[in-house]
Amino acid sequence: MTTYPAIVKETPSQTAGPYVHIGLTPNHCGITGVYDADLGIEMVNDKTKGERINIQGRVLDGSGAPVADALVEIWQADSSGLYNSPAERRGEADPNFTGWGRCPTNGESGVYSFATIKPGRVPYVDGRLMAPHITFWIVARGINLGLQTRMYFGDEAEANAMDPVLEKVRQPDRIETLIAARKGNVFGFDIRLQGDRETVFFDI
Amino acid sequence: MQKKEPETGAFFPRDRTWQPIAYTPWYKTSILRSPQKALISLNNTLSEITGPVFGHSTIGEADNDLIHNFAKPGESAIGPRIIVHGRVIDERGHGVAGALVEFWQANAGGRYRHKNEGYLAALDPNFGGCGRSITDEQGYYSFRTVRPGPYPWPNGVNDWRPAHIHFSIFGHGFAQRLITQMYFEGDPLIWKCPIVRTISDENAVRSLIAPLDMENTIPMDAQAYHFDIVLRGRRSTLFENRLEGN
Ligand SMILES: [Fe+3]
Repeated sequence: MTTYPAIVKETPSQTAGPYVHIGLTPNHCGITGVYDADLGIEMVNDKTKGERINIQGRVLDGSGAPVADALVEIWQADSSGLYNSPAERRGEADPNFTGWGRCPTNGESGVYSFATIKPGRVPYVDGRLMAPHITFWIVARGINLGLQTRMYFGDEAEANAMDPVLEKVRQPDRIETLIAARKGNVFGFDIRLQGDRETVFFDI
Repeated sequence: MQKKEPETGAFFPRDRTWQPIAYTPWYKTSILRSPQKALISLNNTLSEITGPVFGHSTIGEADNDLIHNFAKPGESAIGPRIIVHGRVIDERGHGVAGALVEFWQANAGGRYRHKNEGYLAALDPNFGGCGRSITDEQGYYSFRTVRPGPYPWPNGVNDWRPAHIHFSIFGHGFAQRLITQMYFEGDPLIWKCPIVRTISDENAVRSLIAPLDMENTIPMDAQAYHFDIVLRGRRSTLFENRLEGN
């Protein structure tokens, strides 16, 4: 296999700062009339296929306090496990599902939420199916480089047990930090930046 | 221009000695917000390689004019008028077409339009502070704005941010997601800033400093600053792509 090396260095990251919402969700922070709507707010429409779910959680710092100025983005496959992306070569994803969401955390509670659908399964690099999951990216003041993690589904115990990525995490109590508990159609997923139950973050 | 096949290779691993580390106690907020456990390394799967598409229809025509996009009709934002422009390329030097570039900044006095902002500098009623652009076929973006002012911030007792513009860049894969800040050539505050100094490599810092670009300055109108952005590049394999595709 021939590969081509990098020739230029990636631009270094800097923190999103306290006012990331001005840039990425201006309507949310009261700067109206510039953009019609904030991007990433609507992931689904009436015709989207799949089971409707809500994902809800808080971003918490090392002292357990809510991170009230964070921004969370998610990226996921459609209900049949296809990504709505040109790099998806296995088939055509549901055109009524964007797969991408963006949500600021609440200015007091640090809560974020997404109205979406439960994703299908996507193959790992070796062809084994991964358990259904959603990819997360978290930025905020005090975070020097955006954090990447995944959310898995609490009602998929069997698939989770065989998941090749969770397999890499090894310790059961750390795997727990990636699994969202189901309550009705709501999956609760808190992201802990630091501490005993620190969320597993990935170098992807 | 012929239509290129989308790239599907895995991304080069991130150089985490070039990128800022998470725990940088001189930037105090990082103390409680930095993960302390090791990151788990993960081969790129489809979940990281893919990403959404932002068509040019996603954004409005005036979105890249911060001088006017919040101003009352016939009025404009106060401050030195500038153009910021450059290319979004990947680590292999190829232009990234269709990247979503979003930017936000303080006004010319160093004041943000945000309810949590406490700096006593005045708000400009004609300046909102946000804009966005989608790169063209070669990866070019540009926007007009006013040069932001430096501002004090609560960290040390007398810390000032150098003048800067925040950037968010969304390329083709979710693993390329990046947020950064652009600084202005010649600003003495750059090397004193605790946030700048979260980056340990001096050359990495230099890559965030935009030089004045006299060639693209518009006489009697606006100075230009040039800022190129590099996103992670992808492995290209001869199994997946023909040679000419590289
Ligand atoms: Fe700032």
